[in-house]
Amino acid sequence: MSLRNTLRAFPTLLRVGFAEALAYRAELLIWVLSTTMPFIMMALWTAVAREAPVGPYTQEGFVSYFLGTFVVRQLTGAWAAWQINFEVRQGTLAMRLLRPMSPLWGYAAENLGAVPMRIMVAVPVAVFSVLVVGEQAVPREWWGWPLLLVALLGGWLITFLANVCIGTMSLFMESSNHVMDVWLVLFFVLSGYMFPVDVLPGWMRTVVDWLPFRYQIGLPVEVMTGDRTWQETLLLVGRQWIWVLLLGMLAVTLWRRGLRRFAAYGG
Amino acid sequence: MLRRYAGLLGVQLRASVLLSMQYRGDFLLEGLISLFWTFTAMAPLFVVYAERPSIAGWSFGESLLVVGWFTLLQGVLEGAITPSLNGVVEHIRKGTLDFVLLKPADAQFLVSTTGFEPWRATNVLTGIAIIVYAFHLLERGPSIPGIFAALVLLGTSTVLLYSMWILTVSAAFVVVKVDNLTYFFQSIFDAARWPSSIFKGPLAFIFTFIIPLALMTTFPAEAMLGRLPLRALVAAVAGSFVFAFVARRVWLRSIGYYTSASS
Repeated sequence: MSLRNTLRAFPTLLRVGFAEALAYRAELLIWVLSTTMPFIMMALWTAVAREAPVGPYTQEGFVSYFLGTFVVRQLTGAWAAWQINFEVRQGTLAMRLLRPMSPLWGYAAENLGAVPMRIMVAVPVAVFSVLVVGEQAVPREWWGWPLLLVALLGGWLITFLANVCIGTMSLFMESSNHVMDVWLVLFFVLSGYMFPVDVLPGWMRTVVDWLPFRYQIGLPVEVMTGDRTWQETLLLVGRQWIWVLLLGMLAVTLWRRGLRRFAAYGG
Repeated sequence: MLRRYAGLLGVQLRASVLLSMQYRGDFLLEGLISLFWTFTAMAPLFVVYAERPSIAGWSFGESLLVVGWFTLLQGVLEGAITPSLNGVVEHIRKGTLDFVLLKPADAQFLVSTTGFEPWRATNVLTGIAIIVYAFHLLERGPSIPGIFAALVLLGTSTVLLYSMWILTVSAAFVVVKVDNLTYFFQSIFDAARWPSSIFKGPLAFIFTFIIPLALMTTFPAEAMLGRLPLRALVAAVAGSFVFAFVARRVWLRSIGYYTSASS
């Protein structure tokens, strides 16, 4: 199917994704509740900053940072890796392959379809953050808002594409869930989810800057709390999108090669 | 009666061990990943203590004690509690819980003992190793009565964790599709990684009284340091009994409401 037709069908897929998210709203709520780590980290880091600020972060700084982390995690969530794994194992991937469109679009639509529901959780937290710490919880300059959108989209794309890459590996091995576990561990530690990357010592900071993880959470949060000048922000967003491109190419290549190995039951 | 249940427990344990011996490679890999996770999850600890010598009155070594207890309990949770209770959720979803309810033994006992993952014992060992290393850093030993108190607390925290799981599973009767309840539970338990005095305000209240995480990891660490008041120990024991009682009542009620697949 041509790209034009795919683009024409995508809004419908998004609506289906949204309907699904609405149908499983209790499940979605449990998922949201299980991302409470930012609140625990907030308690921890504000305790650390009680006597003196840590790096550039005061107590208020940590509050707005971690509330931002919660918001960004909600908006950039993806779970395609588990989905693909499951469908490869059950053979139901065959059903998706019958459609005249790459299943990757389908996964993307299902993940994006949940965003409106997640916004309903994320926005009150963001508003609360503004009420507690004031305007430093959101971009103060006009250019911060469009860049925030770009950074959020980039963050979601990295998360989603990495999910696709890892999920696709299940076509080459029995199950890629263990690979996903390892990725998740690295994600938790290096993405700015447990601590802002600014509190890391110099050499680790450099390593983290070159890896994709911090562009998933840390960068959008930093844009949101307006920690950086616009030159710095542009540079970081540029790096983020380089990762988006790299992972995109990797995902498509892995997917094409993997599909040749796929043989569903009865197929 | 008691002997019959002990016998049943023995049978179930043996079955789990045999089952896990079948998938050695897989479990070894999972063990390695959980070790990896244990150490990387300590990253915030290292980052925090690079900034300050002590947080909320806890030095690095003392915090490490809490982490040790957390890791140990995680081994107990993932090895003895989570696997079998995940099975209940599966039963509820498929409607096969009837087969369990029909058996001539207590249903709660049966569902709680169907699965053990002996390989998770690696976490228990890692936890003990961390505790030993923490005392090495503190350049002292644990107090002897403190060790006994800590062992009592290990018992009460296991009861607490188990009761909380039963409560979570009882929720599965209502929300049905809950394979993710496990993640929810684990994400809350994660807060037990830190000394409870770090938490202030509403979080402190929640983690002491509603979800008693403080009892599970901070109390044993304090007991080993010899600074847990006897009053707290008594309260912990009493509290865990109350929790277990409530969990049992809720479980019985949920079973009462349960309608099988065919009805």
